[in-house]
Amino acid sequence: AAAESSDSEEEDLVSYGSALQPLQEGERIKKPVPLQEQTVKDAKGRYQRFHGAFTGGFSAGYFNTVGTKEGWTPSAFVSSRQKRADKTVFGPEDFMDEEDLSEFGIAPKDITTTEDFASKAKDRIKEKARQIAGVIAPIPGTTACDDLIGPSKTTIGFELLRKMGWKEGQGIGPRVKRKPCRQKPDPTVKIYGCALPPGLSEGSEDEEDEYQPENVTFAPKDVMPVDLTPKENVHGLGYKGLDPSQALFGVSGREHLNLFTGGSEETSNLLGDLRPSKGRKLGITGQAFGVGALEEEDDDIYATDTLSKYDTVLKDEEPGDGLYGWTAPKEYKSKKRPEREFKYIGKILDGFSLASKSSAPIKIYPPPSLPRNYRPVHYFQPVITAGSENCGLQKALEESTGKPESDPTQQSRHALNAAQRREQLGETELKAPVPSVLEYLSEKDRERLKEMKQASEQQMKAKTVSQQSRSSRFQPASPEDATHKWQMLLGGQVANAGSSDFKPFAKNPEKQKRYENFVKSLKQGEKVDTLERFLDPNMTEWERGREQEEFFRAAMFYRSSNSVLSSRFTRAKYEDDVDKVEVPRDQENDIDDKETAVKMKMFGKLTRDKFEWHPDKLLCKRFNVRDPYPDSSVVGLPKVKRDKYSVFNFLTVPEPTTSVTQATNEKIQESNSLNKPKKPSRWDVSDKEKEKKDSISEFISLTRLKADVQQQPPVLATKECGTGTSEILPTQVTNEDKNLEEESGRPPMDLFKAIFVSSSDEKSSSSEEESDEEQQPTTSERESETTKQVDVLGSSSSNVQESVTATTDSGISSLPNSKQELDATEEFGPKLPPAFSSGRFCKHLDRKEKHRKIRERHKTKKERKRKKEKKKKHKKQKNKGKHKNKKSEKDSSSDTTDSSDSLSDMDTTGLSPKELLRR
Amino acid sequence: MAFPRPRPARPELPRQRVQTLKCGQGAVRAARFNADGNYCLTCGSDKTLKLWNPHKGTALRTYQGHGYEVLDAAGSSDNSQICSGGADKSVALWDVTTGQVVRKYRGHAGKVSCVQFNEEGTVIVSGSIDSTVRCWDCRSRRPDPIQVLDEAKDGISSVKLSAYEILTGSVDGRVRRYDLRAGQLCSDYIGSPITSVCFSKDGQCVLASSLDSTLRLLDKDTGELLGEYTGHRSTTYRLDCVLNEQDTHVGCASEDGHVYFWDLVEGSLALSLPVGQGVVQSLAFHPRLPCLLVATQGQVTLWREDSFQPEGDPD
Repeated sequence: AAAESSDSEEEDLVSYGSALQPLQEGERIKKPVPLQEQTVKDAKGRYQRFHGAFTGGFSAGYFNTVGTKEGWTPSAFVSSRQKRADKTVFGPEDFMDEEDLSEFGIAPKDITTTEDFASKAKDRIKEKARQIAGVIAPIPGTTACDDLIGPSKTTIGFELLRKMGWKEGQGIGPRVKRKPCRQKPDPTVKIYGCALPPGLSEGSEDEEDEYQPENVTFAPKDVMPVDLTPKENVHGLGYKGLDPSQALFGVSGREHLNLFTGGSEETSNLLGDLRPSKGRKLGITGQAFGVGALEEEDDDIYATDTLSKYDTVLKDEEPGDGLYGWTAPKEYKSKKRPEREFKYIGKILDGFSLASKSSAPIKIYPPPSLPRNYRPVHYFQPVITAGSENCGLQKALEESTGKPESDPTQQSRHALNAAQRREQLGETELKAPVPSVLEYLSEKDRERLKEMKQASEQQMKAKTVSQQSRSSRFQPASPEDATHKWQMLLGGQVANAGSSDFKPFAKNPEKQKRYENFVKSLKQGEKVDTLERFLDPNMTEWERGREQEEFFRAAMFYRSSNSVLSSRFTRAKYEDDVDKVEVPRDQENDIDDKETAVKMKMFGKLTRDKFEWHPDKLLCKRFNVRDPYPDSSVVGLPKVKRDKYSVFNFLTVPEPTTSVTQATNEKIQESNSLNKPKKPSRWDVSDKEKEKKDSISEFISLTRLKADVQQQPPVLATKECGTGTSEILPTQVTNEDKNLEEESGRPPMDLFKAIFVSSSDEKSSSSEEESDEEQQPTTSERESETTKQVDVLGSSSSNVQESVTATTDSGISSLPNSKQELDATEEFGPKLPPAFSSGRFCKHLDRKEKHRKIRERHKTKKERKRKKEKKKKHKKQKNKGKHKNKKSEKDSSSDTTDSSDSLSDMDTTGLSPKELLRR
Repeated sequence: MAFPRPRPARPELPRQRVQTLKCGQGAVRAARFNADGNYCLTCGSDKTLKLWNPHKGTALRTYQGHGYEVLDAAGSSDNSQICSGGADKSVALWDVTTGQVVRKYRGHAGKVSCVQFNEEGTVIVSGSIDSTVRCWDCRSRRPDPIQVLDEAKDGISSVKLSAYEILTGSVDGRVRRYDLRAGQLCSDYIGSPITSVCFSKDGQCVLASSLDSTLRLLDKDTGELLGEYTGHRSTTYRLDCVLNEQDTHVGCASEDGHVYFWDLVEGSLALSLPVGQGVVQSLAFHPRLPCLLVATQGQVTLWREDSFQPEGDPD
């Protein structure tokens, strides 16, 4: 229906011209083409030529050249003798382009009305031409002979009229009894100006006899319609110019050649029209010679300008219709114009006449009279928030302004909120679920705001009952599990989500139903286990957990509130595909696997993500590269549309950017990758091992996935709702807790590691002994140590356990590093080196120094924390004597990575390659 | 010297200081050779960019027009234009001879940390701490970039171009290689924030230095680790890494005032060049000669191999 209405609207509108193309974004507005660059082209794309006689008259030539289509060979030249004589006589048409012969050309050759059907008016042109031809012809009057000899042609109209009884000279219309009484000019009025032309004054036929028989009717008099063409020339009134036919031959038979009376209307018109088309030749119709298509008419350069053409006396203003100009006869003026009409000055358009009755004058109502004590000054009242301390002031102000005292139960209007005002006004509640500003605040802030609000409300004693009940309802709830926490979070807002017509799962009606039930029960403050029953029983536990999570989140996101915002915004009426959102199709996948891969130095497949990437077409062009995807319009990574309201879209777990630390297994890997048959680098890995690693990595990811699945719901809960709050949620678990969690969460992976370590290391150590001795002189004592250790590992199963803990330790050590990373990102990546300069740049340096100091202060803080953690680590390590040595080394190296001030450590690491070299 | 050597000589490393350019630009944020290595550009923290002949030690021109520190610069292959990126979030295109800013590209939301020309000098690729890489068109007058590469999750620290690739190193610990010819994006995870990346001369390998004081040489096609080089200190600052002119050695600036060189194949430390006391801010290796440009402590020093005769014609 909407489409139809829009259609009808479009039909109602009348549009002129063609609409401008909508500007694209970033496009600049085109400059208008300057006049000298504007060109006109014909249908075939050739330039139209507007030159006149000087450059060839016709649009001659071929593409504005002197050549022809055939080149320099004249088209007339035909080699055969027979044809030569055929086309000797050229008409002007032979030199014309085809567009000149077309409908709008200068010599149109299309279907026109034949003479039989043509009206007389059109005929006139030919008539004229003929007459002039007769005049100009070498023997004047030949055309007259033609007229005599040739059969006279009458148009169909004439014939029809004749058949109806019309005779030439009669008027058209019903016959009348009597000749209408002709108006005679008032004898009292003197006629000034020139004598009226005899054609107009019918005095010659006035000598009628009084006797008229009763039964005789007369045809109406043939009336020559008054020619109302305005006078455009500078000739005198009624001047017709010299009619050659009259002047030369005296056809009219008048003794006196009167320029003003002229001959018949026809001839006078003929002459008048003749002037511009001077030099017209026979055979060509339309304007061709002399005047170009776009030029204005040639000025009559030979005309003399005499004083007689100008007025010498100022006269009355001319009255209006311009029929006679200001030389109009007086009686014309006085008769036709009532006084009123003199108001109208100017010309009246053709087909219009002045109204006989003037429209009623516009009534003007006087403005209301102002009261006497009115002061035209506006002053603003200071807005005073209703508070305890402001009360007095407000009252004083109200009294001063003379405002009637509001009843004590009701607060002043400034204290009312939108909802209260709405109630007072009796308006209905807005249906749209609009999120309040509060929802954009962090939990902490919200909490604080709430507290403040409550405090102030208590002060004002304007706390509504509903709020009280709400707060009391949720106070006793003890946060035992995640759901309670959710309820706590949602409680207040969900309570007024009742009117929500928002359907986040509208696509899936069942789910939506479940969701609604869920929210309803949530509002009533039910417990989780009871909430569970609304979930689909067919689903697996994990799915149910996921859905519950989703519901919570949806309820959190889309609760409605009757806040101020709801009155400010309305929902969009037309949403385009709202429940889809563009998400990059491929995303760099989980980093954890990569982390471990990097630790094991298994660069390659594990650490690499390959995506389809579409370069911009222009970029390809600039790089001189063929577009790899010539048909695609995508630029960048291809994107896909995903369900917008799937909560898990928003749950991209922030990547823990842990820096690479030297893990315990790292060296083992190093030695592991030593034996490499083809490539010269010692870090390369043999294919067999690669395969193994791949399968291993799969295993890792599998176990990871499992672990993640187990962990996910609580992790999500903590991640999402704990953006700022630490007191409500158990997000900020102490590190030890987390470690415990990790340890308990990932036994399978560690188990795998232990297995992996023992198996591959045996091989590597053996192969190392066999082949790599001369190739790798740089085996350090570390490696030997690790191999030793691995041997031990292989022998005793208890040691496997130890290595497990060791790896988890490495996980722990990554924690402070990540913190440091966080700081680094605050500074936006690696810093610029400090400025070292002298003298001039002291200030700059100072600033830098300050920065540094601050940073260092930060560092020391961090340092302390880290030391604490390290101590813990050391404690742990103390029971494993074998690892101790290596551990310390690792710590020192991590120290160098962490802090820049421990130079001595750096030196040792700096030296170690040298030592390696020496060996 | 100008002629190519008859057979590849034993690679030499720059050990001898030949020239010292007192830049007087505050901290020198970057020192870069031009395409043929005859000239160099220094980016100062006093908003200027200077063009030098480092072999003679003469300053040729100063380019002023940036609103804040100049962080990186590059010269076009035909030496007619210079592009530079600064802390004023803009990328400027300079005319070398007139010293005027031809164009300024604004669009980055943060400091522009690295800029590069493509081979023909028709596109400027700039990386910024706003985590985007933007490709600007030098040919047309359009104000917006041709393409924005916003795959990085953190600031871009380094950008390098080959004939058909864009290599970026990001603080999110990934080296991304956009292959225009194949229409592929390869993202290699390193883990630690990347400070600098570069292609090897043969275009087969990618060198990446990261904030864990490690340089890694990766196979370009597979992403496998070919070499790992440690010993220097790089934990805080964005420092450059280089390959020498014959791809035999790998070099990196260090925060302890040295420049370290490792044997590319063996991974052993070949040279530790004491350059100054402070952090070595920037590093550039001559494209054809064993010649190193080092920016430290507000000055730029030029280092040559031992056999080099300073009194001879430097090039």
